Amino acid sequence: MWIDRIVELVPRERLVAVKSVSLGEEHLHGYAGAGAVMPGALIVEGMAQSAGILVGHAGGFREKGVLAKVSRATLEREAVAGSTLRYTARLERLDAAGASTRGVVELIEPGASGAAPAREIGRIDLLFSHLDQNAAGREFPAENFVFGESFRAILRMSGFDAV
Amino acid sequence: MAMTQDEIFGKVRGVLVEALAVDESDVTPEAVLTADLGAESIDFLDIVFKLEQAFGIKIGQGELFPDNVRQDPKFVQDGKVTAEGLAALEQRLPHADLAALRADPRVGNVGRIFTVQTLVKFVDRKVNAS
Repeated sequence: MWIDRIVELVPRERLVAVKSVSLGEEHLHGYAGAGAVMPGALIVEGMAQSAGILVGHAGGFREKGVLAKVSRATLEREAVAGSTLRYTARLERLDAAGASTRGVVELIEPGASGAAPAREIGRIDLLFSHLDQNAAGREFPAENFVFGESFRAILRMSGFDAV
Repeated sequence: MAMTQDEIFGKVRGVLVEALAVDESDVTPEAVLTADLGAESIDFLDIVFKLEQAFGIKIGQGELFPDNVRQDPKFVQDGKVTAEGLAALEQRLPHADLAALRADPRVGNVGRIFTVQTLVKFVDRKVNAS
């Protein structure tokens, strides 16, 4: 998983998740030269998981919702080791065919006098498609291979009903 | 108050610029969504969502872009859209101009019926219906 915990869930409306950026994680080592920063692609993945859980929860995890399109991804600042990323995903549209979400990425940097206020560093808008409703009429396995146990586990671990 | 074709076109152009990351100048009425503007299948869902938001309308699944026509053996045979397929498209897509597809019904030409003008006509029917 690329999020540590869900801190807020308003069903069918928004989900807020956090991720601590740790030097203990191998993907930080040597990335972007000398800097130990969280790769941008993994920040997009963190938002995709946050928004994906919001979309999946809205449908009771019955649909096989997959990330179909990154409609927008802008990141204006790097997240270095020791900081915390906060992902806020908002459900913009949901129907039988899929869903669209808008997301804000905030950075909480460590400081000598405690954590600094969260600062917006990017926006990530996503489009999810429900595989079983695809226009090509292609069939997929009956089991929900998209929303595995890990997604429900992080909801439960964070104190939310996993539906 | 009814929206004019120019007003609808302006909003449709805004939707396509955002959904497909194309320049405004590329979005002409005759531009084909796939061949000229680079739209892929998943972009159609994005366009539907954005049109709904821009115009405050509800678009049913398959209402703007048809479902399952190219995969149905009744509608496509030997790489061409059958007469039955053309009739189904005409019935499902009254906003589309099928003349070119009738003249050359190769299945690869189905995508060419979806031009910017097709979207403008579709929205016009939805918002000015009453």
